[in-house]
Amino acid sequence: MEAVGLDPASIVVREVETGEDAEAEQFVGSPTIRVGGRDIQAPAEAATGLTCRVYRLRDGRISAIPDPADIRDALTQGIERSGR
Amino acid sequence: MNAGGPEIGDLAPMLELPDTEGVVHTLPDPGEAPATVVVWTCNHCPYALAWHDRLLDVARDHAGAGVGMLMVNSNDAGRYPADSFEAMRDRHRAESWPVPYLHDATQSVARSWGARTTPDVFLLDFGLRLAYRGAPDPDHERPELAAGWLRDALTAVLAGEQPDPRSTQPIGCSIKWRE
Repeated sequence: MEAVGLDPASIVVREVETGEDAEAEQFVGSPTIRVGGRDIQAPAEAATGLTCRVYRLRDGRISAIPDPADIRDALTQGIERSGR
Repeated sequence: MNAGGPEIGDLAPMLELPDTEGVVHTLPDPGEAPATVVVWTCNHCPYALAWHDRLLDVARDHAGAGVGMLMVNSNDAGRYPADSFEAMRDRHRAESWPVPYLHDATQSVARSWGARTTPDVFLLDFGLRLAYRGAPDPDHERPELAAGWLRDALTAVLAGEQPDPRSTQPIGCSIKWRE
């Protein structure tokens, strides 16, 4: 966040606790990171549910979290969309 | 560290589970195999998926020495359809695993073993005593580590020695218990 000029305190952490909440939120697994409401790595299959997400790092490795470069790019694009 | 399950040096709890083709598997009799690896895993957890190939490589590399490996899925398929029996069978068939994929539908085996995460690795010695418990290696994002903790523990057990370390912290997604 700081690297792209954003305040880390502006991160909103939301816990999705039930299947009903997951469906209502279109939550496809943990962790889901949205910038300006957009999933930073929208999954090909968008089944909602209380599950774990599988991410691919840029070199192809499987990870529990997105590639930091993908997060940074998503933040930059979010800034551009917002016109800041 | 292992609430409800065996401590290092304890005899392994009973295990009798069907695989994805309906064949029932049990642990070998004491003295029948030089070592046995039991791994809790699943279809949807990124940690389990990241370590999966490394664990299968361990199985392949030690099959000639008579070391068996059993993979167990205990997740609640009701809330996690990716871990349904059918999904397990489809994956096992599609990927041609060299080890059986066991279905713990009641979760009773996971509870008796104290399994907590996917993956969660239990290495038994020839007498079916728990010799190593924990993670395959220190980092799921580093394939080059090659499940080194498990490999080192296996090397020690096959030499009749105690692994060092004898346990590490299992890392992964929690087993998805029924509500």
